[in-house]
Amino acid sequence: MGKVVPLSGNTAVAYAVKSADVDVISAYPITPQTTIVEKLAEFIANGELDAEMIHVESEHSALSAAVGASAAGARVYTASSSQGIALMYEIMFISSSLRLPIVMTIAARALSAPINIWNDHSDFMAVSDTGWVMMMAENNQEAHDDVIIAYRIAEDPEVLLPVVTALDGYFMTHTIEPITVVEREEALDYIPKKRTWYSLDPARPITMGALGDPQWYFEFKRQQYEAMKKSREAFNTSVEEFSRRFGRRYDAVELYGDDNPDILIVAMGHVVGNLRAYLDRVRGRGVKAGVLKVKLYRPFPEDLILKHLQGVEMIGVIDRALVPGSTSAGPLYGDIVTTLAKHGFEARAVSFITGLGGRPVTHSHIETVLSKLVDLKGKPVRELPKEPLFIGVRE
Amino acid sequence: MSRTLTIKDIPREERFAPGHRMCQGCGAAILMRHITKAMPKDAIIVQATGCVEVTTTLYPETSWMHPWLHIAFENAAAGASGVEAALKVLKRKGVLPPEKDVRVVAIGGDGGTFDIGIQALSGLLERGHDVLYIVYDNEAYMNTGIQRSGATPFGAWTTTTPVGRVWHGEWRNKKDIIGIALAHRVPYVATINPAYIPDLYMKINKAMEIKGPKLIHAYSPCVPGWRYEPALTVTVARMAVQTGIWINYEVENNTLNVTTPVPKRKPVREYLRLHGRFRHLTDEEIEKIQEFVDKQVAYVNKLAGKEVIGPVEK
Ligand SMILES: Cc1ncc(C[n+]2csc(CCOP(=O)(O)OP(=O)(O)O)c2C)c(N)n1
Ligand code: SF4
Ligand SMILES: [Mg+2]
Repeated sequence: MGKVVPLSGNTAVAYAVKSADVDVISAYPITPQTTIVEKLAEFIANGELDAEMIHVESEHSALSAAVGASAAGARVYTASSSQGIALMYEIMFISSSLRLPIVMTIAARALSAPINIWNDHSDFMAVSDTGWVMMMAENNQEAHDDVIIAYRIAEDPEVLLPVVTALDGYFMTHTIEPITVVEREEALDYIPKKRTWYSLDPARPITMGALGDPQWYFEFKRQQYEAMKKSREAFNTSVEEFSRRFGRRYDAVELYGDDNPDILIVAMGHVVGNLRAYLDRVRGRGVKAGVLKVKLYRPFPEDLILKHLQGVEMIGVIDRALVPGSTSAGPLYGDIVTTLAKHGFEARAVSFITGLGGRPVTHSHIETVLSKLVDLKGKPVRELPKEPLFIGVRE
Repeated sequence: MSRTLTIKDIPREERFAPGHRMCQGCGAAILMRHITKAMPKDAIIVQATGCVEVTTTLYPETSWMHPWLHIAFENAAAGASGVEAALKVLKRKGVLPPEKDVRVVAIGGDGGTFDIGIQALSGLLERGHDVLYIVYDNEAYMNTGIQRSGATPFGAWTTTTPVGRVWHGEWRNKKDIIGIALAHRVPYVATINPAYIPDLYMKINKAMEIKGPKLIHAYSPCVPGWRYEPALTVTVARMAVQTGIWINYEVENNTLNVTTPVPKRKPVREYLRLHGRFRHLTDEEIEKIQEFVDKQVAYVNKLAGKEVIGPVEK
């Protein structure tokens, strides 16, 4: 078992990438992702990691080179944020459709304009329909572990999909926490390098990235859908095995607070930590409240969401991204409402948009959310707010 | 390569399967057939979106006998960089046999190279990947229906530079892709032409022997885009060289060597006459193109250190 060291979120991620013994890293600088790649460069420069670093000239090329390297059979890694993720958008669809087990970290950051280097989930949410498995961590230990877990899911022969591991910019990337590092040997025992996917092998030449006309395209997509479905099971077995080996247990969603809450706040990322602390503070004051952390965002863990949300009197969903004009301006809220509705439950949920562009989500904001939910508790669904409630913004 | 190759030296084995959907008379088809013969059998190809990609890989069929990867339009150079980096590290780590030298070739059209892919190409050349990049230049975005690109020559009709009362075809000159590659101080650049197959072989073979980034610019006649009869592809390609509007040469170690000398040039009018895309040109415009060719020939002769391309014969 690794030793405990104080590491920033980005450094913790870099240590995990090193332990995964990646072969190729291709990345381009952008705040707040940059220090991950700087650390990796240092590892290579010192001979601590034997990998090729491709100093690409853009994020578009970063992911394109990652696709090339993965297609050639290498274990590859890349990371980006915000505008960089937006620039990769085209190749994100192609990576997942080519079924390449690339792992990419998103150091979550707002999207321009106005240009803003601080944290929210705009970039993460903007790529949630690109066919990648997507996870988001709550703390630095989890951000570290997620990278190792991600390779296990990505390279599972039943899955073969790229995986995003996300952590909140600054609040995590640049904040130091004690981390138990998964060492190389134990990591490679958990994620052995087996090259489970089709690659450009001169001994068995194949054509990758062919033209799929109406006769075939649909079948490709159908299989991709199936792979994403299977990644749900792969996630379960991967976190199970991870907990057996390393003693840290993760699940697709996690409930904290009252076991049988009347009020549940659904959230992702570091804000879950704030919510936990807030609930601890107000425990025993008469409100039976809990927080539901969503770790696995794609595939969306409907089973567990349902399990925890059915019968809850009031659900508040915190989104740190905004999709103007959508029926669910908060994307996580949309997923929650859809899950409840499609399984025949009343969507007793209210959307809260908060913390955009790096504005901290404070206990006073959480208090506002909670008291709003208490107020709305007895109301029929049709009387619940249909527009998101914006918390902590000057109107 | 000390001896000059002849057509008899060309391997008989085909490495580019027929049955693809390229137009009859497509210059790129001739190029691909011979490029794949000239390449080592175990080389890996990374291809940009475009005519060649779309017409040769309609699932579940493929013309490619090499390991072949297509990602997108603007990123063949980036994809090839990734493949090359992977081969390097996997050899170093003992996953691939260290004695095996698998070559990497990227192929893109003029649009995918001169325009939308120029950034990725520059990255590949600048970082020094051991990759041969081949651009087949049919002087427009053919796959999407003959739109102008940065490689479209002065005067050419395209669907986005149509001939009308105000416009008279493309009004800008072709981008100097060789100059751009040379500015990256790469060890080898060359031009090839499907009417000169042994020359093509010699250059692909040579490029495969040289470590580092290489660029080959291939002249690629296009029947519907240039508006000529399918049977005339080689005639058009040869006329391009005979008029000096296209010059077969290579630049190695800063030395330019014209590989197809033309002691007496034909007037460029004879080349332009073969293409429907130039049919609208006035005498004045043709004169302008002739002046442009004369300048280009003088420049190449200067770099070659002798008059390898002669004057226009009257
Ligand atoms: C990002 C992006 N923009 C546009 C296209 C559409 N597109 C596909 S092929 C092509 C033209 C290719 O032109 P060129 O590279 O010259 O190759 P050619 O078809 O002429 O052989 C275009 C514009 C695309 N596939 N991707
Ligand atoms: S349009 Fe031109 S380049 Fe494309 S296949 Fe036909 S002849 Fe070849
Ligand atoms: Mg073209």
